[in-house]
Amino acid sequence: MMAETIPGAAAPAGAVRVGRRVGRRAGLHVGRHGGRSAGARRSRGGTGWAAFGFIAPAWLYVAAFYVYPLAANVRMSFQDYTVTSFFTGRAPFVGWRNYEAVWQDPAFAATVANTVLFTVGSLLFQFGAGLALAVFFQRRFPLGGLLRSLLLVPWLLPLVVSGTAWRWIMETDSGVLNQALMQVHLIDRPIPWLASTSVSLLSVTLVNIWVGVPFNMVILYGGLQGIPAHLYEAAALDGAGAWRRFRHITLPLLRPVTAVVLTLGLIYTLKVFDVIMVLTQGGPADSSQTLTTFAYDLSFQRLTFGHGAVVGNLLIVVAVVFAFVYLRATRDGEGRAAA
Amino acid sequence: MTAVRRYATTAAGLLILAVMLFPLYWMVNASLLPSTELVGSEPAWLPVHATFEGYRNALSSQGGHLLTSLYVSLGTVAATLLIAVPAAYGLAQLRAAGGRLLVFALLIAQMIPGIVMANGLYVAADALHLINSPLALVLADSTLSVPFAVLILHAFMRTVPAEVREAAAIDGATRLRTLVSIILPVSRNAVITAGLFSFLFAWADFLFGVTLTSRDERAPITVGIYRFIGAHMSDWNSVMATGVMASVPVAVLLVVAQRYVAAGVTAGSVKD
Repeated sequence: MMAETIPGAAAPAGAVRVGRRVGRRAGLHVGRHGGRSAGARRSRGGTGWAAFGFIAPAWLYVAAFYVYPLAANVRMSFQDYTVTSFFTGRAPFVGWRNYEAVWQDPAFAATVANTVLFTVGSLLFQFGAGLALAVFFQRRFPLGGLLRSLLLVPWLLPLVVSGTAWRWIMETDSGVLNQALMQVHLIDRPIPWLASTSVSLLSVTLVNIWVGVPFNMVILYGGLQGIPAHLYEAAALDGAGAWRRFRHITLPLLRPVTAVVLTLGLIYTLKVFDVIMVLTQGGPADSSQTLTTFAYDLSFQRLTFGHGAVVGNLLIVVAVVFAFVYLRATRDGEGRAAA
Repeated sequence: MTAVRRYATTAAGLLILAVMLFPLYWMVNASLLPSTELVGSEPAWLPVHATFEGYRNALSSQGGHLLTSLYVSLGTVAATLLIAVPAAYGLAQLRAAGGRLLVFALLIAQMIPGIVMANGLYVAADALHLINSPLALVLADSTLSVPFAVLILHAFMRTVPAEVREAAAIDGATRLRTLVSIILPVSRNAVITAGLFSFLFAWADFLFGVTLTSRDERAPITVGIYRFIGAHMSDWNSVMATGVMASVPVAVLLVVAQRYVAAGVTAGSVKD
């Protein structure tokens, strides 16, 4: 939720935990649960098919609201959709021409590069800061729990709202960021954070890092709580210092959680839309355009839905690849934990 | 740790919190400052000459968007629970056929990029003449929350012992009756959690709002703010007042329902 989640952006911590539980259930203890459920079924004298009525609406929902838009998007990518298509209902099939057009679009290559920089930069620093905060909040100190839960507040606000606050902070002339940096003489003249082609990508990445830190902290904090304290005590008895304990106990045992956080983070970062739209609309001159905002621009600003659908398909492919990485990571994680 | 070190750690924690929450403070601060103090070359750290002018402007121009968001979000909660509660019951208690595949489909569905959904849903909404209809927004927003709601309710309902349901069946209750009068009350916390997050997702939605509404008066608050910045770039105190007002329902929900959120989330993660 977690970011687009909540925000859209971000799905809450529960989602990950639940997802992992479901993954484990589906993957590892099938035998045990399967046996029990067969017994339960017999005792009730019915079959799973009689109960199907309860999940049938959900299946219809999946078909209408996930499968259909997905299929529509794939079909649109081979059609010439224009404004008139919406009046006449006609959109001729044009083969791979939309794909060629997107490939040759002057903004495409830069957009892919921006997306990679934005995603890698966001993930790296969200994870680093999130881990540092998670380790910090493991200490016991007065108000620790309260401060930790208050850190989640930015994550629960609509991204449009916090993005708007950042837009005001990053204003070139009257924004507090430039004013404060000038007061302490770090810069001589205001930096056009959102108005310059050379810093706009950095600015939206910084804000997106701020958005994602709480999510990373929550999940990693949960992971840290799961590491048995006696391992640290034993290592300390053997004379291992704080850094070596972190390096040889925390990091390896945190690996399954790390895999989950990073893959989920990647999927959410690819979807980031609100933050960039509010701050820069992908500009100036496409300098902070990512694939998601590019797809929006092609479909809903230039009204070339076929082209937007092509970029959408590209995003699907990337998301599906990492979705499978995520599902595998959760299974491996559970396997290791169970072993 | 000695007492001194513990308090030093608290001080460090407060500092971290102050840095992370600064943008929110800055939004509240700007919402109260008179326009003249917003354009000065020195930052005004405190709203000494506080004014509610920004809130008056915001309420008159954005009040309608707040209402739209409110009923779209409530509609989304209803739609989400209507789909998710029976599904979770079928999955967790009745072990419906094809259940595992459904869980898998929902896990994958969560990962479909929103812009792809927006493309497809726009074409469908256009064909059904639902552009600018709150119903289209409710249905589109529910795609953000249905997978999460099913998964969290499923996790919770699995912890309800089968004996509870079997006792009801022996007393002659139908499956539907058992769901409504036994399983739902027991799962209250999880239902509240699922509903709460559905509300938050819908309230925060921007992508579907901006793609599925073309007439300004039908737009939700997130789109209202977005277009408001575009039109009133210099009027920062009204823009920020709108932002604060858009945060109020979130803050209220978290304060009022915090207990349920915590209960629901831990129930979904600790028990097995």
